Amino acid sequence: MTDIAIVGAAQTPYQRCRDDANFAEMIYEVTCGALADAGLGISDIDNFITVSNDFWDGRTISSMAVQDACGSSFEGGRNVSTVEGDGTFGLLYGMMRILSGAYQTTLVVVHCKGSEGNMRQITNGMFDYIYTRPLGIEAIGAAALQARRYMDSYNITEEDFAHVSVKNRGNALRNPHAQLAAEMTVEEVMASKPIASPLKLHDLSPISDGAAAVILAHRNVADKLGRKPVWVKGIAHCSEAHFLGDRDLAEAPALRDASRRAYQMAGIKKPFAEIDVVELYDAFSYMEPLWLEELGFCPRGKGGELARLGATAFDGPVPVNPSGGVLSAHAVLVAGLARVIEAALQVRGEAGERQVEGPVEFALAHGINGPCGQSHCVVILGE
Amino acid sequence: MSQRVGIIGFGQTYHRSRRDDVTGIELINEAVRSALEDAELTIKDIDAVVIGNMDHFEAVNYVDTWSVDGSGAWMKPLIKLTTGGTTGSTLGIAGYHHAASGLFDVVLVIGWEKNSESDTTGAIITCSDPIFDRFSFSGALPGLAVEASAYIKRYGITEEDAARVAVRDRTHGANNPYAQLQTPVTVEEVMKSPMLSWPIKLLDICPRSDGAAAVIFAGERKARQMCPQPAWVHSTAVRHSHAYFCDVNYEELHTLEGAVRELYDHVGIKEPLKELDVVELYQPYSFAGLKWIEAMGLCKPGESPRLIWDGATDMGGELPFNPSGGVICTNCIGATGLLRIGEAALQVMGRAAGRQVPDVNLALATGFGGAYWSDLMLLGRRPW
Amino acid sequence: MTTSPEEHIIYDGRIKMPYTWAAGKTSSYFLTQLRDYGRLWGTRCPDCAMVYMPPRKNCPRCVVTDTTWVELPPRGVLETFTVVHFSEPSLQPMEPPYIYGIVRLDGADTGLTHLVSEIEPNRLRSGMRMEAAFKKLEQRRGEITDLLYFRPEGGGRQ
Repeated sequence: MTDIAIVGAAQTPYQRCRDDANFAEMIYEVTCGALADAGLGISDIDNFITVSNDFWDGRTISSMAVQDACGSSFEGGRNVSTVEGDGTFGLLYGMMRILSGAYQTTLVVVHCKGSEGNMRQITNGMFDYIYTRPLGIEAIGAAALQARRYMDSYNITEEDFAHVSVKNRGNALRNPHAQLAAEMTVEEVMASKPIASPLKLHDLSPISDGAAAVILAHRNVADKLGRKPVWVKGIAHCSEAHFLGDRDLAEAPALRDASRRAYQMAGIKKPFAEIDVVELYDAFSYMEPLWLEELGFCPRGKGGELARLGATAFDGPVPVNPSGGVLSAHAVLVAGLARVIEAALQVRGEAGERQVEGPVEFALAHGINGPCGQSHCVVILGE
Repeated sequence: MSQRVGIIGFGQTYHRSRRDDVTGIELINEAVRSALEDAELTIKDIDAVVIGNMDHFEAVNYVDTWSVDGSGAWMKPLIKLTTGGTTGSTLGIAGYHHAASGLFDVVLVIGWEKNSESDTTGAIITCSDPIFDRFSFSGALPGLAVEASAYIKRYGITEEDAARVAVRDRTHGANNPYAQLQTPVTVEEVMKSPMLSWPIKLLDICPRSDGAAAVIFAGERKARQMCPQPAWVHSTAVRHSHAYFCDVNYEELHTLEGAVRELYDHVGIKEPLKELDVVELYQPYSFAGLKWIEAMGLCKPGESPRLIWDGATDMGGELPFNPSGGVICTNCIGATGLLRIGEAALQVMGRAAGRQVPDVNLALATGFGGAYWSDLMLLGRRPW
Repeated sequence: MTTSPEEHIIYDGRIKMPYTWAAGKTSSYFLTQLRDYGRLWGTRCPDCAMVYMPPRKNCPRCVVTDTTWVELPPRGVLETFTVVHFSEPSLQPMEPPYIYGIVRLDGADTGLTHLVSEIEPNRLRSGMRMEAAFKKLEQRRGEITDLLYFRPEGGGRQ
C-alpha cells in the first residue's frame, strides 16, 4: 500500500497513423483530458514526468517536443524529468518524486508514433553492436526465439498462443480506443502469414500511434478531490541479463522478482484468487501466458492452458487484457501506461463495455523494456 | 515513508578524448567499480540502478537494458532517464528521489558518454524540431554564441572577461587527475585561440570526452551506517522549457533564475555568495561563468567580471567555482551533470584531495542542457 | 482569411549518422582470434566460475571481477531457433527465409545468438548438436559474421 493515487487519466485512440497531429498536439490532447478527468487545472500540477524515446522520435532530447504541450513550462516552469522506457517506468518515477515529499501531484505523459520510423531498424538498435546487431536481428526475430524456447520447454503449442490472439482481438471489440478488433478463430490465426516461426501475423501486435497521460496525487490531495481515487497498492521493477543467450528465454525471473515485491507491498498472497483483472504487455501472443506464469497465476509451463480453457476470458475467473491488450494497439512506451489506465478504469468501474463483472478490488498492470521482456514493471491498483 | 538521503560514494573514469580500449559497457563498469570501492560496498548492497546518456551519441536504443553487464543491474530494479545536457544532473536527482521515496535504500546512479564514437554536433542538431528548427539550428555552439553576444551587447563585458573564466577552470583542472584537460592556459592563449563562432573561441568552450561517473545515494539509516560523512541532499530544483529554440530568451537564463529562487527559498539561503562554500557549475563555455553567476544571484547583472577578476571564484576565493576544472576540462555529456554532483559531494565529504576547498558546509551542483534548461542539487555536511 | 482544404503534410526526414564503435581490448582479442585462426574464446569469472560467450571483460554478475580467457570448441547445442520469413533488406544478412538460432557451445554457460544454415527448416529441433562454419580466411574481417553460421554437427546439407 502506498500513499499515491491515480486521480486522472486520458489516452488517445490508437491508430496506424495519426497524421493529423504531431507529438506535442497528441500530448496536449491527453494532458487536457487527464486534467478534466481529475477536475484539476494545470496550476494544480507541481511536477511533470515526460516519457519518450529518441529513436522512435528520430530526435535527440525527444522530450523537448512536449515540454510546452504538457504544461511543464507553465508560469515560468515547474519541476520536470524525463524517463526513457515504458510508460509504467514513468509512472514509477513520478510516484517516487511524490513519496520523497518533494511534490504533491505529478502529471505523467507518454507519446509514440510507430508510423514515423522503421520499427525493425529501431529495435535492431537495442542490441549489442559487436555480436548481435550485425546479424540483423530485431524485436520480432528475438521474440520468435523466445516463443520457440517457451514452446519446446513445456510442450506448449502454437494453437495455445492463437487462443490468446483470438481472445484479445475479440475483447478489443468492446474498446473504442483499440486499433485492431475482430472476431477471429484459432484457425484464422494459425493460417495467417508466417513472419518468424513460430510467430505468424496474428501473433504480432500492430504498429500504432498514440499518447496517454496519468495524474498522480498524494493522499493529502487525492482524498480532497471529488473523484474516487485509484490507489497504487504495490509497484516494483527489475531487469535481467541482456544477451539473449545469457537468459533462459522460457522464463522471466525479473518479472517473478518484481511481481513478488509488488504483491508484498499490496499484501497479495494468492494472485489468482485475489487479483480481479489483469492488463499485460502482450506485444506478442506468447507473452501473455509466459508473463502469467511468472506472475504466479499458474504453475510454470501451464500458461498455455489459461486462454484455451477460458480462465483469462472476459467473463472468466481472471480476465486478462479485457481492453484487447497490446495485441490490439501497440504504441510503444504508451502501451504500458495504457495498461495502467485500463486497470484504473476497471477499479473505478468506469471501463464501459469492457468493464469486467463484479467489484475490482485489485487490478494488475504491467510494462516491459528491452528485448523479450528483459526489464519489467508491475503495478497493483486497488480501491 | 520518505527519508533523508546522503551521497555515500562516488567513482569516475580517467576522462579522455577517446577510449578505444573499452566499450561503453566496460567504461560504465570502471565507474561502477570505482564508486563501490569508494563506498566500500559490493554490488549486493545496491537496491536499484539509475542510468542515462544521450542516445544519439552512441546509437544504442534502451541503454539501460543494453548495459546491464557493466552497470551491475542484473536482477535489480533499473531505470533510464535522459534529458540532454542535463542528463547527468537529472540522474542524480532521480537517485535522490529513489532513496528519498523510501522504496529503496541504496541506489547506484550512472551517467556516461563515449562522445568519440559519433559526431557530437551532428547528434545535437537532431534535438531541434525537424520541421521548424532543424534546417537553421546548427548545434550547441552557435546557440551559446548568440547568448554570449546578447550578453556582451547588453552589459559591455569583454571577451577577456570570459577568457579569465576559462583560465580559472583550466587552472583548477590541473589539480584533478581525472580531468581530460590538465594544462593551465593564460588569457592571452584563450584570446589567440581559433575563433569558432563569435565571440566563442576554442579555449572558451568545453572539449568532448569519453567517460563515466557513478554516485551512490543512501537513505539516512544506511547512509549513517555505511559512511562516516555522507554528503546530505538538501534540495533539488529543475526548470525545463520550450520545444523550439526560437522561443528561448537569450538575454536571460530564466530557467536557472527560477530554479535557484525555488532552491534558495526552500533552504533559506539569502546571500548565496556568502552562504555557499563551493559551486560545481555546469558551465560548457566561459561566458556562462559570467552571465549565469548573475542569474544565480551572486551579484547584480553585468557585475560578474569584477568577481571573476578579483578571484572571488578561484580556489582560495570567497566562493570557489569548479575546483575539478569543470566542464571546460571534461565533457562526457551524459556524465557531466553527475560529475558536478559527485565532485560537490567530495567537497562536502572532505575527500577532494588536491582540489579540496577547506571547510565546505554547503556545495551547489548544477546542470544545463536542452533548450536552455537548468537543474540544481544542494549538498550539505549536516542532514537537511 | 482564405481557406484551404484540410491536408496533412508529411515531412520526410532521415537521421543518418556515422558511428565508430570501439570493440575494446576484450572483444578485439575475440574478434582477431576469430579472424586469424577461426578460434572462439569465452571468458570465465574466477569467482563464480560462469563461462560467458560472447566474452565479457568483467563478470556481469560479480561486477568487480575481471574474467580470464577460456577457449571454447566450435560445437554445441541448439537452444532455440526461428525461421525468418519477413523481409527487411536494410538489416538482414540474406534473403529470407533464413534461420536464427541460439547455440550454447560445449563448456559455456551462455548461448551465442547467430545464424543457422545447411538444414531444412522442418528438420530443425531444439537440442540438436551444431557446429560452427567459418568464412574463408581471406574473407574474414574481424566481425562476428566471420563465423558464417552454425550447421548440424558432422556437416549439414550442402
